[in-house]
Amino acid sequence: MIDSLATVAFSMLAGSLRVSTPFLFVSLGECLTEKSGRINLGNEGALVLGAMVAYATSYETGNPWLGVFAAALAGLCLGALHGAICSLARVNDVAMGIAFMLAGTGIAFFFGKPYVQPSAPLLPGISFGFWSDSAQVKNALLVSPLFLLGIAAALAMHWCFKSTRAGLRIRIVGDSQDAALALGLPIDRTRFLATAAGSALAGIGGAFLSLYYPGSWNEGLSSGQGLMAVALVVFARWNPINCLYASLLFGAAGALGPSLQTVGVTWGYYLFYATPYVVTLAVLIVTARGGTSLRGMPGQLSIGR
Amino acid sequence: MSDILETSHAIGVDSPHAIGVEAIDIGKRFGAFHALSGVSMKVRPGTVHGLLGENGAGKSTLVKCLLGYYRADEGSFLVDNHEATIERPADADALGLGMVYQHFTLVPSMTVAENLVMSRRDVPAAIDWRSELNHLADFMRSMPFKVPLHAEAGSLAAGERQKTEIVKQLYLKRRFLVLDEPTSVLTPAEADEMLGLVQELAHSGQVSIVIITHKLKEVAKFVDEVTVLRRGRFAGAGAVRDLGPADLTAMMIGEPHTPAKPERVGNATSDIRLSLNGLRTAEDNGRAGLSIDTLTVRAHEIVGIAGVSGNGQKDLVEVLGGQRPIAAGTMEVDGASYDASRAASQAHGVRVLPEEPLRNGCVPTMTVADNLALRSFDRDGTGKPISWLDRSGMAARATQMIAAFGVRAPSAQVPIGVLSGGNVQRCVLARELDGDVRLLIVANPCFGLDVKAVAETRARIVAARNAGTAVLLISEDLDEILELSDRIVVMHGGHVAAELPAEGADPQEIGRHMLGHA
Repeated sequence: MIDSLATVAFSMLAGSLRVSTPFLFVSLGECLTEKSGRINLGNEGALVLGAMVAYATSYETGNPWLGVFAAALAGLCLGALHGAICSLARVNDVAMGIAFMLAGTGIAFFFGKPYVQPSAPLLPGISFGFWSDSAQVKNALLVSPLFLLGIAAALAMHWCFKSTRAGLRIRIVGDSQDAALALGLPIDRTRFLATAAGSALAGIGGAFLSLYYPGSWNEGLSSGQGLMAVALVVFARWNPINCLYASLLFGAAGALGPSLQTVGVTWGYYLFYATPYVVTLAVLIVTARGGTSLRGMPGQLSIGR
Repeated sequence: MSDILETSHAIGVDSPHAIGVEAIDIGKRFGAFHALSGVSMKVRPGTVHGLLGENGAGKSTLVKCLLGYYRADEGSFLVDNHEATIERPADADALGLGMVYQHFTLVPSMTVAENLVMSRRDVPAAIDWRSELNHLADFMRSMPFKVPLHAEAGSLAAGERQKTEIVKQLYLKRRFLVLDEPTSVLTPAEADEMLGLVQELAHSGQVSIVIITHKLKEVAKFVDEVTVLRRGRFAGAGAVRDLGPADLTAMMIGEPHTPAKPERVGNATSDIRLSLNGLRTAEDNGRAGLSIDTLTVRAHEIVGIAGVSGNGQKDLVEVLGGQRPIAAGTMEVDGASYDASRAASQAHGVRVLPEEPLRNGCVPTMTVADNLALRSFDRDGTGKPISWLDRSGMAARATQMIAAFGVRAPSAQVPIGVLSGGNVQRCVLARELDGDVRLLIVANPCFGLDVKAVAETRARIVAARNAGTAVLLISEDLDEILELSDRIVVMHGGHVAAELPAEGADPQEIGRHMLGHA
């Protein structure tokens, strides 16, 4: 019994290392955009489009890293368009985000049809399990370079928001339009850049899906992970380091079903598969308790004004 | 006038830093509307200059032109005796001109230190916080007042925020500073302290100061010279010691005028209309919730709630208006339990005039007539529920109320959101005073109204009291509380800090309770 508990815990940890990366990239991207005072629900579209573009580029060029770059670029373009349209007067960023979510996935499905069958070169993993003889441990500690890149991005973004001119300017624009105007900061341009850069990160998250794990391109690849990452930013209180922890937690929750299967729990596979979604719901319910406002929320977000 | 010139100049002699500013024949139009025409103002270096006028007199427009937020259509500015072209805020910035706004421009989620550093033009791309904090600590030692560097700006009390704004301007090495109604959110003691320090700063020659205000007491005590505007035109100027309050008022509104104190009829009865017991609300965003042990309001009585902004008054209005749930305690109206629901407020005749009435008491996109009917649209004349609206009746009642309260609206069928603040206020007041009102809750009823509308609103509140209504008045304006109340309750940190009769109340004592000192 204790043995199987340990196995479940271990494979949840392994699973969390394996599947948290897309959550991490999308939530970091969303965190950046929301810090500037705008919401981009279109990051789900950027994730799916990024996955498709990465896979296609890797297949055509034979270089998965070019795929990652192309995915970031695809996300950047989608985000730039979202940012530019939302800079116009009376455009609602939430509605526009939903449009971009559908547009992004639609474009990806349309151009991605020919790439469902062929197999593209994938990203290599970095092994941290060299010290162990167990194949299971070795396998679990095989970490994607993108995961490490994501951790670096979280740390860098945290430092940016604390100690750089650009980071503090983004916070000012996101938190107080009056202050930003008084300081003469370019509000629309800041939000445009933050949205574009945020979507580029979401695109990289998509590259992970198609080029590392699960490591193929099909239409059911994302299953709403980009949207969940938005909830995750709320959970993380708009703090990049918390985004990292929250992503790991969501990853572990997602690994619950497969982990239970390894110890022979065969019933309710699909039920456990839904754990991350249940966690999302629970997080939103807990954080949205009535009568109190959210701590840490950028003051200019359209849902909070 | 000539001796004023000399005295003021004498003050400026040993002031190498402060600069003088002169506005000459400034004109500004918005479409066909002349906001300013031919307005001049001369601020001598090292003085405190008062810019006076009623709402809409053009004070803000004038300083916004001076600071580059608007471009003046006519006229010119002399800064330090040189003609200056001010087209953008950055131009004013480069000349050393700054402004502290009535609505604070600190970023709430950032610390004071972050706010100060980010307000600089020359912030480095990467900020070395250790050296910046050392530098800030040194700078703070040279300041007349201290502000906590590591506190989040959003967590500061209004007085501290005001000081931080001024410190920020000095940090930016401003030599000419405009303060827009700097004491509107401060207690009397805080206001005196702050203005005293501002006056010292100016007279020490570090900075010249313009204070936009309509509080004549402050003008008499802390201001050297004034410029008065009326309806976008120059209405007078001079040294304060040559002018009495009557002269200033005359310049501001065109004729000598002292607002008549509304007459009070009848005394509070033993009939308790509102009774709160052990009332608690949950804490919100790190700010403590309400914790009121007992509070009662009787018929024929105005109970004034005084307090520094953010000490629970807003929560109390929200609780009584049904906008905020309570965590514990009881609310009773006329001895019956009251849950602030629509049914309960209709049954007990409870009405609320919230602050920011357009936001808290209106549906901005619905018409004036619809908004005037919000309390009564689903009842017929006898109070029975109806399901088919009486449109013509609603329109007729709206027309009556508009006439009775002097609302200026193009028609009753325009969206209420297009009316001016004062007219929205009149509409909501008309609606809330309609019918049998047993308990009236009013929050900052005169915020942003001009002198005439203020007198009118206060008269209506007192009239309601005289007719037997119990009134709970929540206001950040202590003068208003002293003028209208029968009994004063001071709130601090969500608690009732003191309760005292209004007759012979000492503003200084109330101020101490407001700060939680006594």
